Amino acid sequence: MTAPALTQIAAAAKLVAIVGPPNCGKSTLFNRLTGLRQKVGNYPGVTVEQRIGRMKSSTGWVEVVDLPGISSLTASSDDERVTLDVLHGRMPGLRPPDAVLLLLDSTAVDRHLGLAALVLKLGVPTLLALNMSDELHHRGGSLDEAALSEQLGVSVQLISAKFGHGLEALYEFLANLPNQAPRIQLPILQSTPDCRRWALRAADQAGFRRPARSVWTARLDVLALHPFGGPVLFVAVMIAVFQSISVLARPLQELCERAVQLSSALVSAALPPSTVRSILTEGVWPGVGTVLSFLPQILILFLWIGILEDSGYLTRAAVVADRAMAKIGLQGKSFVPLLSGYACAIPAIMATRTIENKRDRLATILIVPFMTCSARLPVYTMIVAAFIPEHPLLGPVLGSRAAAMIGLYAAGFLGAAGTAWLLRSTVLRGMPSCFLMEMPPYRWPSFRFLALQLLDRAKVFIYRAGTTILAVSLGLWLLTHLPLRGGYFPRIEESFAGKFGTGLAPVLKPLGLNWKVGVGLITSLIAREVIVGTLGTLYGIERPGESGNLATALHRDLTAGGAAALVVFFAFALQCFSTLVVVRRETGSWKWPALQFIYMGAFAYISAWLTNHLVTAVFG
Amino acid sequence: MKTLADLRRGESATITRLVLGADVAARLMVAGFVPEACVTLIHCGPVGGPRVYLLDGAEVAIRRELAAGIQVEQHP
Repeated sequence: MTAPALTQIAAAAKLVAIVGPPNCGKSTLFNRLTGLRQKVGNYPGVTVEQRIGRMKSSTGWVEVVDLPGISSLTASSDDERVTLDVLHGRMPGLRPPDAVLLLLDSTAVDRHLGLAALVLKLGVPTLLALNMSDELHHRGGSLDEAALSEQLGVSVQLISAKFGHGLEALYEFLANLPNQAPRIQLPILQSTPDCRRWALRAADQAGFRRPARSVWTARLDVLALHPFGGPVLFVAVMIAVFQSISVLARPLQELCERAVQLSSALVSAALPPSTVRSILTEGVWPGVGTVLSFLPQILILFLWIGILEDSGYLTRAAVVADRAMAKIGLQGKSFVPLLSGYACAIPAIMATRTIENKRDRLATILIVPFMTCSARLPVYTMIVAAFIPEHPLLGPVLGSRAAAMIGLYAAGFLGAAGTAWLLRSTVLRGMPSCFLMEMPPYRWPSFRFLALQLLDRAKVFIYRAGTTILAVSLGLWLLTHLPLRGGYFPRIEESFAGKFGTGLAPVLKPLGLNWKVGVGLITSLIAREVIVGTLGTLYGIERPGESGNLATALHRDLTAGGAAALVVFFAFALQCFSTLVVVRRETGSWKWPALQFIYMGAFAYISAWLTNHLVTAVFG
Repeated sequence: MKTLADLRRGESATITRLVLGADVAARLMVAGFVPEACVTLIHCGPVGGPRVYLLDGAEVAIRRELAAGIQVEQHP
């Protein structure tokens, strides 16, 4: 949103980098300083998020870059490498920072002073801000800012980014950035244990008294990390989250869908039959509208993830889920994204940002699209309704159709688990991920920052719907409406898309599918459920919404083997352009989405082929 | 030799040596698992999963395989 403005001021403004360990409140401070004037991107070539914002100081604009959380400066991870490159001015597209805002957690100063020593040695003018002063005092800790400042040779300021305490000194520093770092002698710290020893001593000399453990955290964790109580609470929380999504989001999503239908009808009524009307109502509205109707669901999911993360429960959940996830070569933090994948792969892939380990994060991103997202449901429902007669299997509890659906969900999960295992034993092979997580104390989430986060997510999502997805929808509209026949739009089977679909027919024949499905597979790249509408058009159904007619037509046209192959294909194939775009954004290159598309396509094709032959042999 | 994995809930010990690969040992040391540090097991978590240790005021979860590579001298 503010991208052009940011580049305009870039040349004149000073650049300040926020550096600090994970969980010390860097994002809170960054949001506090820059508000809505921020831009989120990726550093070139790595999966590290780049956050740049700007703020007005009393002397002019200052640009602030929020660097990834790090615990040391050894360049052993992407996060540390990015931080080092930025601080040394080696990051392409970013000039060397004029100053560093070093942020530590004041309740754990003794553990993080080692990092402070490493950063101070870089020789960039630095202010040391010690965050969460409210918690330090509340839990009976204390610290002598002046003594620490004298020892380190930099200004030290206790702050609370959450409540806005002590920020005046920060604003003063940012308004009058010093030109030179003071020359001071810090000890040369050869090894981590040496560094640690020095840090503990330095903190002690600065009169640091460690705060008592939070009583509430200890009490809650007795349950949350209990051998039996922990998993029970975990399952209860997950059920509550997903139940609330289906209860709250479904009506909102239906409202959105109705708004899309209504606005489409209005446009249709307002314009005479023309090319423009066709582009709008058959290209833009189905593509962009369908994707936008997922917005409520995505926002509610992110609200929950934000609450769980900021309150501190998410780290406990990761500990509880770790053992199960380790079995498929992943780790506890992969759990939430995989679960979100049942709603939609797009927010799920965005949610993998909570996984620090890059290899685990990549593996999670690559398997998320196997989870049965809500866009697959219309396709499953259509085929199941057409081919599986409803009869009870387990009395009134489980019918044949429900069993088929459960089977398809299970197939998606098994595809994900198998692929995770395959990835971790091939391309992403390496040491078992070193699961190491610090448990922050439980805190009340700040609703101000939750709201900011949600706004940010919504902005990214709407922006994408308005650009990439709009472009793809228009492209697909052209493919289904060209070449013209005697000045008129062609019938769909004579269009480019139709010809592609027909061209696919030989490839689809072994699966028991025909050219009509081929056309549907092409159009379903807009969004999976679009195939339902396309097949409706191809079978000449007046109102594709009435699935009864479509079911009859399908039943006549496809064999049982072909129908089963079609749903199996949809269970495994990555038929979603938006997902590919998000994967490219999150991984920083087209390499991974391309690999993912080909792999899942091949997986889907082979499985569909096997299914067709199996079903034909048994029932045919 | 006793390791962190042998501690029971509430027991404390002093780390003597890390018998692990260099990369993993480096990460553990940055998180505070250095020789001479005093560690207490405070939460066990689900059976076979990571356990949570208290060291220098921090509560850190690590998997059992890692804990088994950290040799300790148990406090009486």
